[in-house]
Amino acid sequence: MRKNYNLEKRKYVIGAFVAIVAAIFIFRLFDLQIHDSTYKQSADSNAFLKKTVYPSRGLIYDRDSTLVVYNQPAYDVMLIPRDVQEFDTLDFCQTLNLTRAQLLKRLSDMRDKRLNPGYSSYTPQRLIAQLSSEDYGRLQEKLYRFPGFFIQKRILRQYAFPTGANILGNIREVNRTDIERDPYYAAGDYTGDLGVEKSYEAYLRGEKGTEILIRDARGRIQGRYENGARDIEAVSGRDLYLSIDVKLQQYAESLMVGKRGAVVAIEPATGEILCMVSSPTYDPRLLVGRQRGANYSKLTKDPAVPLFDRALMAAYPPGSTFKPTQGLIFLQEGIINLQTAYPCYHGYINGGLRVGCHAHGSPLPLKPALQTSCNAFFCWGFKAMIDKRSKYGSSANAFEIWKNHLVSMGYGYKLGVDLPSESRGFIPNAKFYDRFYSEGHWSANTIISVSIGQGEILSTPLQIANLSATIANRGYYITPHIVRSIQDTVMPAEFIEKHIPTVDAHWYNDVAEGMHMAVLGGTCRRAAIPGIEVCGKTGTAQNPHGQDHSAFMGFAPYENPKIAVCAYIEGGGWGATYGVPIGSLVMEKYLNRTISPARKGMEEQMMNMSVYYAPPKPKPAKSDTDKAKKKPGKKKAEKTQSKPDSSITSRPKASLSAQKLASGLADRLGAVFAPDSTSTVSNK
Amino acid sequence: MIQQRNSGASILRNIDWITVLLYLLMVAAGVVSIYAASYDFDQANMFSANEFSGKQVRWIGLSFLLGLVILLIDSRMYETYAFPIYVVVMLLLLITPYVAHDIKGSRSWISFGSMSLQPAEFAKFATALALAKLFSGYHFILNAKFSNYVKALVIILLPIVLILNQNETGSALTFMSLFFVLYREGMSGLVLFAALVSVVIFVVVVKFTDVGIMGIPSGEFAIMVMIALIIITMSFIYDKHLTVTRNLVLGYASLAIVLVVLGLCHVDIPGMPVMLGAIIAACLYVAFEAIRLRRRKLFIATATGLLSVVFMFSVNIAFNYLQPHQQQRVLVAVGIVEDLRGAGYNVNQSKIAIGSGGFWGKGFLNGTQTKLKYVPEQHTDFIFCTIGEEEGFAGALAVTLMFLILILRIITLAERQPTTFGRVYAYCVASYLIFHFCINIGMVIGLCPVIGIPLPFFSYGGSSLWGFTILLFILLRIDANRKIVRR
Repeated sequence: MRKNYNLEKRKYVIGAFVAIVAAIFIFRLFDLQIHDSTYKQSADSNAFLKKTVYPSRGLIYDRDSTLVVYNQPAYDVMLIPRDVQEFDTLDFCQTLNLTRAQLLKRLSDMRDKRLNPGYSSYTPQRLIAQLSSEDYGRLQEKLYRFPGFFIQKRILRQYAFPTGANILGNIREVNRTDIERDPYYAAGDYTGDLGVEKSYEAYLRGEKGTEILIRDARGRIQGRYENGARDIEAVSGRDLYLSIDVKLQQYAESLMVGKRGAVVAIEPATGEILCMVSSPTYDPRLLVGRQRGANYSKLTKDPAVPLFDRALMAAYPPGSTFKPTQGLIFLQEGIINLQTAYPCYHGYINGGLRVGCHAHGSPLPLKPALQTSCNAFFCWGFKAMIDKRSKYGSSANAFEIWKNHLVSMGYGYKLGVDLPSESRGFIPNAKFYDRFYSEGHWSANTIISVSIGQGEILSTPLQIANLSATIANRGYYITPHIVRSIQDTVMPAEFIEKHIPTVDAHWYNDVAEGMHMAVLGGTCRRAAIPGIEVCGKTGTAQNPHGQDHSAFMGFAPYENPKIAVCAYIEGGGWGATYGVPIGSLVMEKYLNRTISPARKGMEEQMMNMSVYYAPPKPKPAKSDTDKAKKKPGKKKAEKTQSKPDSSITSRPKASLSAQKLASGLADRLGAVFAPDSTSTVSNK
Repeated sequence: MIQQRNSGASILRNIDWITVLLYLLMVAAGVVSIYAASYDFDQANMFSANEFSGKQVRWIGLSFLLGLVILLIDSRMYETYAFPIYVVVMLLLLITPYVAHDIKGSRSWISFGSMSLQPAEFAKFATALALAKLFSGYHFILNAKFSNYVKALVIILLPIVLILNQNETGSALTFMSLFFVLYREGMSGLVLFAALVSVVIFVVVVKFTDVGIMGIPSGEFAIMVMIALIIITMSFIYDKHLTVTRNLVLGYASLAIVLVVLGLCHVDIPGMPVMLGAIIAACLYVAFEAIRLRRRKLFIATATGLLSVVFMFSVNIAFNYLQPHQQQRVLVAVGIVEDLRGAGYNVNQSKIAIGSGGFWGKGFLNGTQTKLKYVPEQHTDFIFCTIGEEEGFAGALAVTLMFLILILRIITLAERQPTTFGRVYAYCVASYLIFHFCINIGMVIGLCPVIGIPLPFFSYGGSSLWGFTILLFILLRIDANRKIVRR
């Protein structure tokens, strides 16, 4: 082939290019390595120590700006393995109250890459976590004797009151999943666990900073690199101001001692949660410091599951506290008016079905029905609506409309409270029954128990309190929330926005009046507070696993309400036994700051009475709350008739004759038909 | 036939032992450096399979085997199967992102059991073969037809697109170096020159925005001085017109003297109009001469000057039009500004590590800077850093010279090839090495933006080592046949 010598000359251009680049590199290397001494100065074994500066975590205050959660320092003993020189292990062990064997074990654990995947002998490693302040003081004095060791300050939490553990939450060390999910975290960092510590983690944690220090070959800190110009300052976390009234919270917790259940109080006009008790509770201080691990596992093993926030995670049958929603729906749908009266022959008797009720006037319209908590009235109303084919076409259509009204009132879905793990409760839809009974094979009587808050209906105490707030507001609610404001932050709009249910506001006045009558001369007379017009509604929810649940929902004052409350006591029996006194005492405490002398006796009784809960049987689930999401089914039919799991110590066992229905709705339905008084369920 | 039978012996005789020796030296030095870079004081054995160095030893062993196999295959096979190989590798690149796991945002690694390979590294030799095959076609002269450029560009750009799809910008850019080959085969040098000038303008304008001299940002001032020098240089070297050059030099010199004197007298000079005016005046003068003397090359010099000025301003305007966070992203992307929240000030760390090495270095395994893990990727892309710290200027110089000698040697091999195929292939190998050499060492010593590509033969990694071994040994095989193949 003929060569193009003109082009061949281009090899010199390419060659020259490489040679010039090489020459530039050599010149640059000469400059860096020999000529320029600035690099040598910062070199000659000088090296940097990147020290993480932990921000202080945001503080938590209550609605009166009382400090509730604050920070305390803790000290980790760190070391850089490569820098550690021979040291007096005896002295070290004595300083920290360790045995030599313990020290050696810690060292070998630290080096074990399975236990400590981030191990490197060049980077800081943690030897001992969270020294006590005495140990810290002793070690600090002698630290110069242990080259390679240093102390890293950490932030732990401390609680001003032994209260509100379910709301406040706590902090824990991050695990591997946290680190993978959020690159902000590094091993050894802390993150919020449960409560507002978890849901407001992004605000509370702040931003970590970095300090770059120069040190010599022996690890001695020589100063700050570039006078700190390259340091990144830590940004403190933002403070939270809760809507919780810590005194009210403490008071409500003291009323709930010895009982399982929840108390939720809301300021109706703002949706701010004033107190939220889950009982049994625990001292949040248990989950601080070096004992956290042991205490945490103890709490998880407790059969009463104190870590389970019953106020918003437990789904209970709402029982008769559900009746106001029914009145509202029937009024809105034009099924009844205020004069419509239904008969009650000690119950609802229709189509071979009998739902028991107790003695009161008959027939009666809505307001007296609310006052006396008449089961029959609401069963009749429900039947009138669901079976009104002329208006809705089919029971399924009618039921969907019924369900949509309830959803608009905050049932069946999460309300969106600013705490983790809220339960959505359960409101069935028509499809649910279509699947269960097959399409077209069910009508009002098949599912009559839902009209009195039993059967499949489940709700959280928070949802019940929210209903109370909605009635108090006469027709709107604001999503309940626990944080009132965050330092330097605008609160999200969702906690200001009014939610307006699909029932017209004026009907709420009538329901409120019915609830007022219940306190004046109905089922919750014990709720009456001297000088304050209280509205209330009791609830006695039948419990397939034991004694009835005692519930109360109410608000006060009647005009311009300041507090709406729900009290729910598992296995507490009648609504008036526990729910009414506890709920009304909480309202009185909040409104008057003190309990009137006439009610002191009731207060004392409530504080001292406790409900006996039998230890869980090995086979069935631990508590009825665990069964909350279970679909109806036959499998547990026999169990519903077995002995109750719990009973109330202060009164004789009530005999229950819960029987399963021919329809086959057993687990839930079998134990459903409980009005506020003794119940009997029978089928033909 | 006789030659065929003796091919084993003739390969041994004709193989270029200088290249082989350089190769062996480099991989050996590489293992030692990898060991030093990942050395931890409680680790012991360089050849332990748990250490990077031990793994690299295994990769090297397999490389030798690969090299041997390549030498045993008839060199004509590479020419015959150039396109099929190219097609297969391109298909592999195409499917890679869909079967690969995400590693640090890039999907370029295919796992085979316990080991994983990066197909992008093997695209290098495949593309080189394809390009060589294209050029060795009957009567193929690059400048003869425009379509020839299109064909060559398709071969070069296809792997770039496919590798960009895997989020491996560094590896993709490597293929741009093949423009050296096009240049050698006849493409106008102005293309490379223009590319170089625009990269320099972009980087300098964007990087140096501080107000420096006469109220002009120092970057723009430097670029305008550079443009003035380019116009002079082009009229002197490219066109060899002495009169024009002299006039330009005199004009600039007098302007410079006036400016300096005025500056000393503290007179405020409107910098931008003066500098811009000077360049435009020079361009107009050269254009006038170009028309008067009918010299095309002078005209090109004018065009270069004017286009450079326009480019400089458009970079500035386009850049300032962006939002600050977009600007930051561009700066991070081209490696001018480092992501402070990411690896941090690593180039500075790297420079300190190298700078602390001194003339003889701190000695093997005695480097402290690189071991504190402040320099990221120290056993892969930043391996040169360890050499600079532990072996000092002497070691760094030796490595730089080894690369220089290897590249020059390959250019020599290229030019002694009897076939176009051999020559073009050899230039491809040289181009890749030039690119890796310039960018990798340039970034470690803080002269180039940080583009994550390895230092050939030194950096830890089987794919890179195998890729370069294949490239080099195919070249050696073709070269060993130079006396046999006569066409």
